[in-house]
Amino acid sequence: MDVRRRNNVVVTGPEDGPVLVLAHGFGCDQNMWRLVLPALARRHRVVLFDYVGSGRSEPTAWSEERYSSLAGYAQDVVDVCEELDLRDVAFVGHSVSAMVGVLAAQAAPERFGALVMVAPSPCYIDSDGYRGGFSAEDIDELLASLESNYLGWSAAMAPVIMGNPDRPELGEELTGSFCATDPEMARIFARTTFLSDSRGDLDGVSVPTLVLECAHDAIAPREVGAYVHDRIPGSVLVTLEATGHCPQLSAPQATAAAILRFLEHPR
Amino acid sequence: MCRTEEDPEPREPDGAKDGDRTTDAAFSALLEDSVEELYESAPCGYLSTLMDGTIAKINSTLLEWLGTDRETVVARKRFADLLTVGGRLYHETHFAPLLRMQGRITGVALEMRTGDGGRLPVLVSSVVKHSGDGEPLLIRTTVFDASARRSYEQELLRRQREAEEARRQAEEARRQAEADRARLTEALAALQRSLLPAELPVVPGLETAVHYHTASPDRLGGDFYDLFPLDGKRWAFFLGDVSGKGPRAAAVTSLTRYTLRTAALHDADPAGALGTLNTVLHERYTGDDPRYCTAIFGVLEPDRDTGEVTVRLASGGHPPALVTRADGTAHFLPTPGGLLVGVLPDPHFVTATTVLAPGDTLLLYTDGLTEARTGPDRTDLYGDEALHAFATRLAGPPPGGLVQALTALLDSLGDGVDDDTALLALGVPARPGAM
Repeated sequence: MDVRRRNNVVVTGPEDGPVLVLAHGFGCDQNMWRLVLPALARRHRVVLFDYVGSGRSEPTAWSEERYSSLAGYAQDVVDVCEELDLRDVAFVGHSVSAMVGVLAAQAAPERFGALVMVAPSPCYIDSDGYRGGFSAEDIDELLASLESNYLGWSAAMAPVIMGNPDRPELGEELTGSFCATDPEMARIFARTTFLSDSRGDLDGVSVPTLVLECAHDAIAPREVGAYVHDRIPGSVLVTLEATGHCPQLSAPQATAAAILRFLEHPR
Repeated sequence: MCRTEEDPEPREPDGAKDGDRTTDAAFSALLEDSVEELYESAPCGYLSTLMDGTIAKINSTLLEWLGTDRETVVARKRFADLLTVGGRLYHETHFAPLLRMQGRITGVALEMRTGDGGRLPVLVSSVVKHSGDGEPLLIRTTVFDASARRSYEQELLRRQREAEEARRQAEEARRQAEADRARLTEALAALQRSLLPAELPVVPGLETAVHYHTASPDRLGGDFYDLFPLDGKRWAFFLGDVSGKGPRAAAVTSLTRYTLRTAALHDADPAGALGTLNTVLHERYTGDDPRYCTAIFGVLEPDRDTGEVTVRLASGGHPPALVTRADGTAHFLPTPGGLLVGVLPDPHFVTATTVLAPGDTLLLYTDGLTEARTGPDRTDLYGDEALHAFATRLAGPPPGGLVQALTALLDSLGDGVDDDTALLALGVPARPGAM
């Protein structure tokens, strides 16, 4: 299948600009990057995509087997890089995608030049000596929460997306697909995300890396940011004075500025 | 209903006329609520937060539901802090991003934590208030108690899962049944192949043709035939019909075939071979499940010098063989009075002999042919006479032609052929130019 269509690949920014690949996390799609896109695409060639199973990706390309491990999502990233023949990619991954980027750089090291991990967490569940922030029961609760929302998902979401008088810039093209995913695929993505433990992969990161965390993040607490920074040799840790798990939405200017500053002087 | 407009002050109902002072006064009395009173005691929770979620204002209804007080939450907690952990994860990954992107979000199911450690299922809607120049200022949120609705949804969800599980099981059962059926069909085909020769052997100076049709849907027939060498000079053949149809009949067919083959190798006397079969069937199928068959067993002895073939055969209760001659005539080879094979302990089998000259053909058949229905019921059967007339009309057909013509005849009878049918034709090819 055509990878561009499969992953709803969108490319923007100057053709000869250095390449930035922006990867969304669990819960939404490439629209997560909207508020930082103008700043990032001024001088960079920006590649956006949706993981299979999210956003406007091709649902027939989804299989439970492939997308039940982060390696499956990493393969999507590698596929996109190969399809567009991208080199020296600066990969910006939000949330679980930060770890997907680590795995993709392991699988195809020749294509990646830098890594930006936005609100990363290599392991969400507490275990001896490690604090991820959640227990296994908490994750079950999230899955239940997902299910109860999908009961009325389309009914609840469609009017929201259609009528949006306050933010006309979001435009009509979002209608019907904004962050809406198939419940089964979302459930698998949630399980894969929150039950993953990629702590062992951090040591293998060899490209310049920025760890971008929020000061108040309910999903990736600061201990986790410090842990990631500590485990990746030579990484840069930047803490944004932002609340929530999505600084690209809650603090877009600061987020874009931190990313661009790092890309200018990666080490 | 909860309103989130700037000014929730109720207006006078349209129906109140100036002249209707009494009604108007009654309304005023009922609507003495201040705006503040409406906000605090509304039948839903109200909540205003800063953009980072910090609670700035909360109404009494929601405080009561959560079993907490204003001092504990205002300026101290964020909206997400009021949620269960699962709800908080959902809030961070779905609710907050969508609200940021769209400026509003409606009817999202979440669970809030109550002071006594319980959970309150709620439906939450939020809208972002923007400043005049479009900067987001604060988030207004309404919270509805969804306990009843949630249990209804849980029930729906449970039923949906049950239905999906039932569908999955049914699909699995169907797949299993199909696999079983395929395996059974294959087993039956293998069994069926063991009952009949894959193809007839080549007999020098003899032309052969067969037709075989099973009436039962499992394709296991009760008719059987065979042709096989005895000692390099002679050949044995048989054709018969066991009682019944289907798998049980097939078991008898199998026993019959291998008994006759073995008997013939031991003693090539036709009546003797049938006698051995009789002993075996009679011994094997006694009591509740008597099984028997009719059969013609014969030995062919070609004469290399003349090209003629001597046929010596014996019949156990089977319809007589038909001989068509090169001169166009046809006649039955009578074997009257022969007993069914397997019924009596010591039966007598009738023997007959004929010589097939070039152009002559010997036809063996089962009653599937002669007892095929030609009318709507069993009062009109094809019969011996019709067969004789049919063969006569063909005027000395070669075996292939005879079997082909009879097969076409059977096809034309359609549903009338309701029993297994076997045809075996053995003939000496006509001399070139003899016809």
